[in-house]
Amino acid sequence: MRLPSLRRDAGTAGPGPSGDERPRGSGLLERHVLFVEALRGAGLPVSLAEDLDAIAVLRALDWDDRAVVREGYAAALVKRHGQRPTFDTLFDLYFPRVTGSGGQSLGDVGEEPGGSDDDPGSPEGSAGAEGAPVTDNAAALEAFREQLLDALLAGDEQRLQRMAAEMVARFGAMPGRGPGLSSWSAYTALQRVAPQELTDRIVAGLLAQGRTEEEATRAAGQRVGGLTAAVEADARRRIAEEKGPDHLARVAVRPTLERLDFLQMRRTDLEQMRREIHPLARRLATRLTQQHAARRRGPLDFRRTVRASMSTGGVPLTTHHRPKRPHRSELVVLCDVSGSVAHFAQFTLLLVFALRDQFQGVRAFTFIDHVHEVTPLLRPGADLVDVMADLSASTAQAALWGRTNYGRAFTRFAELHPDAIGPKTSLLVLGDARSNYSDLALDTVADIAGRVRHAHWLNPEHRRQWDTGDSAAGRYAEIVPMVECRNLAQLSEFVRDLL
Amino acid sequence: MSSSWFASPADATARLAEVGYLADEAASTTTFLAGALEKPLLLEGPAGVGKTELAKAVARATGAELVRLQCYEGLDEARALYEWNYKKQLLRIQASQASGDGQGWDATHDDIFTDEFLLTRPLLTAIRREEPTVLLIDEVDKTDVEVEGLLLEVLSDFQVTIPELGTVTAVRRPFVVLTSNASRELSEAVKRRCLYLHLDYPDLERERAIIRSQVAGLDEALATQLVAMVARLRELELKKAPSIAESVDWARTLIALEIRDLDDAAVSRTLGVVLKHASDAERAVKELRLPR
Repeated sequence: MRLPSLRRDAGTAGPGPSGDERPRGSGLLERHVLFVEALRGAGLPVSLAEDLDAIAVLRALDWDDRAVVREGYAAALVKRHGQRPTFDTLFDLYFPRVTGSGGQSLGDVGEEPGGSDDDPGSPEGSAGAEGAPVTDNAAALEAFREQLLDALLAGDEQRLQRMAAEMVARFGAMPGRGPGLSSWSAYTALQRVAPQELTDRIVAGLLAQGRTEEEATRAAGQRVGGLTAAVEADARRRIAEEKGPDHLARVAVRPTLERLDFLQMRRTDLEQMRREIHPLARRLATRLTQQHAARRRGPLDFRRTVRASMSTGGVPLTTHHRPKRPHRSELVVLCDVSGSVAHFAQFTLLLVFALRDQFQGVRAFTFIDHVHEVTPLLRPGADLVDVMADLSASTAQAALWGRTNYGRAFTRFAELHPDAIGPKTSLLVLGDARSNYSDLALDTVADIAGRVRHAHWLNPEHRRQWDTGDSAAGRYAEIVPMVECRNLAQLSEFVRDLL
Repeated sequence: MSSSWFASPADATARLAEVGYLADEAASTTTFLAGALEKPLLLEGPAGVGKTELAKAVARATGAELVRLQCYEGLDEARALYEWNYKKQLLRIQASQASGDGQGWDATHDDIFTDEFLLTRPLLTAIRREEPTVLLIDEVDKTDVEVEGLLLEVLSDFQVTIPELGTVTAVRRPFVVLTSNASRELSEAVKRRCLYLHLDYPDLERERAIIRSQVAGLDEALATQLVAMVARLRELELKKAPSIAESVDWARTLIALEIRDLDDAAVSRTLGVVLKHASDAERAVKELRLPR
């Protein structure tokens, strides 16, 4: 792969969109500074020292391989694995693989990957796709799909990248009303070409190559997924080229998993998140053990110190301390499992149970408008996926009519499980406090909160949404201290303080 | 910027491959940069993906000597940097008193804080060596936070300050590799001084190549089956995904049991080699529909 944009910026300013704004100098430095700014904007803590390292990296490397430059950049700038996807997205925006329209002609498969890049951003380059006589009609679409199928079957990464670019150019263009208003849509391109529908044919083709059915299905899914991602990336790149990467960096970059809102998760995020639970619990536990070890000494035992000082002529050379009593609290977790809050409740439950050793005992209850104990589901050493499935299945038992009713849930909890709470208990309530305008049973809550050692309430909504609509956050917050807990970072921070 | 370690990323790939370490693009690029910029290299990743092995391979490929500091909880200055040899110092004092040669305290004092009485520990050893050295600081996440502070001077300036002797600066900067299993976050100060590389499970091709280079007598077809099976196991949500080290073990097991074809029955018989949790094994049996 060539690195046209770096090259161009390093040489004389090209006629591309970025070149127009910065007529003097090479532009590479400015591009780099903007890139680092964008990384910082996306939440990567890039220090000045790392910034300088990145420059040193660029000087040490040859620029003839884009992948090498990217890895080098990443080595200097990204110090956490979780931030790598963000880095990659931004790198693609600021140092795109190709500029202009990329691959142009249908039959020209043997063309060099970067063949059309030598004049990037030139009028012919960008007009090529749109200006060609037959680019977008039913026959062309059909021909393109055949080609795509061929490429998908071969599994040739380079060629798929090129076809993705072509796909956006030909089927994803959204003509605007005036110059500079046109745009690109990955969604349109994917809808029209519909690579998903090719899946069956890919599977059939792979079976013919002698793969087993399972392998073929998985491979087909992966390849179509890869193509979809490539198309989305290419659409982003084109938009960035027209509007400037800074504009796009603000909107297109998804936050890292740690900062992702619980309430806005997609299915893939959930799976990734589940994989994060155990490492996170382990990190927290390690830190806690270390902190406890550091504070192992209790208060000074004056009497023993003085007695020991007799042997050194009355000078207290060594001090003696009372042993520290480890106090471990019992934890009772009450989770709202209705609707979208359910994910948040499940993660918190799993995290708390992964940290079970740090407590004397943990009991968990789920509720919607009725209370159901789920402690038995969370067996030690149990499989996370099974636990999640069981938790979802047991949701039905937490509902009587199925409309969230906090007041009723608290009342039932106080009636059915009075033994769960006592002076050594910490109570943790998880939920958004949206109670469908029903009775809040504030007295019962106050009574429960008064009988436990600590009570906390985690609310997965943004603070500014509290007390809007049917949210009773403010009124409950007066009784139970309420904490905003929207993402994994906030959750781990809270759990750390809790212990 | 001259580089005495590797000439280019491609050179790094080739020379590491010669000594039996198959590096991917990210690994070889970062390794090259660590040498070229003379900056420490921080390796993170799951257990058993070849982090320590990379450091050893760099040492083998460049003909440097490997100095290793294994980190653990409670590691301190005396075991990481240097220590005075108290017993020998005491003997020296007693000897000078016994002989009665009238040497004053000042002379003795100067005498006992010299190189002769210094016990160098890995960090100081690596810095004082004049030959090419690879310094491996293994499992740095296991140490206490205070040790990180100790590392800072070494990692940024390659020097150690000994109050009695002054500052010892590296004659020749060692190639420093730090490894971490990410059981805790390292401090920003340490991370800032390092280049960072996250080593992950390799792709099918590379893993097959690794296994075939490690295990003699493994035929191509079986290796392909094994690598594909390991890749599928890693896709499941397991507590501990099988590492490269474990797939190598698995290959050795298959050879020892003379299994020529990795069918479902063979997999479920030998699953214990790669999956070390009961719940993981259960999940694998369920998801892959293996016979029990």
